[in-house]
Amino acid sequence: MNEPLRHIFLDAFLINNFVLCTFLGMCSFLGLSGKFSTAWRMGVSVMFVITVSSVLSWFTNLLLVRFHAEYLRIIIFIVIIAATVQLTEMFIKKNSPALFRELGVYLPLITTNCAVLAVPLFQTARSYTLVQSTVFSIAASGGYCAALVLLSLVRERVELSDVATLAKGTALTLILAAILSMAFMGFAGMGNAS
Amino acid sequence: MSEPQGAVSCHTTPELSITAQTHPFRNGLWKQNPVFVMVLGMCPTLAITNSVRNAISMGLATTFVMVASYGMISAIRKLIPKQVRIATFIAVIACAVTVVDFLVKAISIPVYLALGAYIPLIVSNCLTLERAEAYAGKQPIGKSMLDGLGMGLGFAFALTCLGMVREVLGAGTFLGVPIFGPHFEPWVLFLLPPGGFISLAIWLLSFAFWKERATKKAAKAAQLKLALATEARS
Repeated sequence: MNEPLRHIFLDAFLINNFVLCTFLGMCSFLGLSGKFSTAWRMGVSVMFVITVSSVLSWFTNLLLVRFHAEYLRIIIFIVIIAATVQLTEMFIKKNSPALFRELGVYLPLITTNCAVLAVPLFQTARSYTLVQSTVFSIAASGGYCAALVLLSLVRERVELSDVATLAKGTALTLILAAILSMAFMGFAGMGNAS
Repeated sequence: MSEPQGAVSCHTTPELSITAQTHPFRNGLWKQNPVFVMVLGMCPTLAITNSVRNAISMGLATTFVMVASYGMISAIRKLIPKQVRIATFIAVIACAVTVVDFLVKAISIPVYLALGAYIPLIVSNCLTLERAEAYAGKQPIGKSMLDGLGMGLGFAFALTCLGMVREVLGAGTFLGVPIFGPHFEPWVLFLLPPGGFISLAIWLLSFAFWKERATKKAAKAAQLKLALATEARS
């Protein structure tokens, strides 16, 4: 409850990185990390959706607790997320049609990204305050974005090298992700120190 | 969401269009196994498979959600306007997931604690939505439920395969029973996150290897047959 903000930030960003340590948002992590340009665009739009939907869910959760309707939590949260995604889609379409054409197919995908639903669920389970949950959502989505960009950079490099045909595709991506995940395991030590 | 169909899937595979012709139940179990062939639903696949028991319970929970929600979706498929179908699918799936959440809590508290946040996260599992979009939104109720059952059991099978590798190597036990004797040094890496990635990569590699060997064998047999035929003609 009284966790300092920098602990929350470090924990969600590095120590328990959403993608590499808790396996959230795996589908888009494996599917969209082929090119750096798509990866960072997807990462930034997911960051936006997560932050907005997490703040909205925090207020909605107050209402749910007030009316003793906690059992509706999953349904309400997913509806909020779907609405936020739709809103982002309309906003980008209106303001920057060029970016919309690039992201077009990926935007609806954000709804089915587990990381987006996990943030409101975790912040409710840990009973964070509004400021804490905002920091948590920014850190978690930043961690997702960082992991996606890192993997896309590695994959662009590996694309040029000679790999056995058998391993090409998902298996190779998984092995690269395993190596990245091992690197992130090193941050686990920071959890005890701080 | 006014996106064309197929936009929900994380990896759109060309084979998805032929699902309607093959048998819905066997299709999900093996031919289009959600994990090994379509590479969908990766979050629980990698996160929950550090023991066989967790893997099986997660697979069964997902199966239940898929069968129940696909029956429902298929029943109301003609009432749903095309523009809001994805939102409707998600709402129906979320209802089924809420039921499973309470069901697991009522059946076994240890399993509920082990699966943790991953039960509510079945809602945003890309596999459930992908099949709703590709199959249940278009097919009659019985077929849709059968497809959900096949896909769910295929998913459970794949999870068990992964859980087996990770539990046996990482803890030296199977379903909690030690199998290697007292001198076994557990390979802890396999219980940690990197082990999930590595063991799935190993399974995918070995499937690719078997597949390649089978096609090579078939090609060789065909070549031999051709050679024999030409020889007989001359």
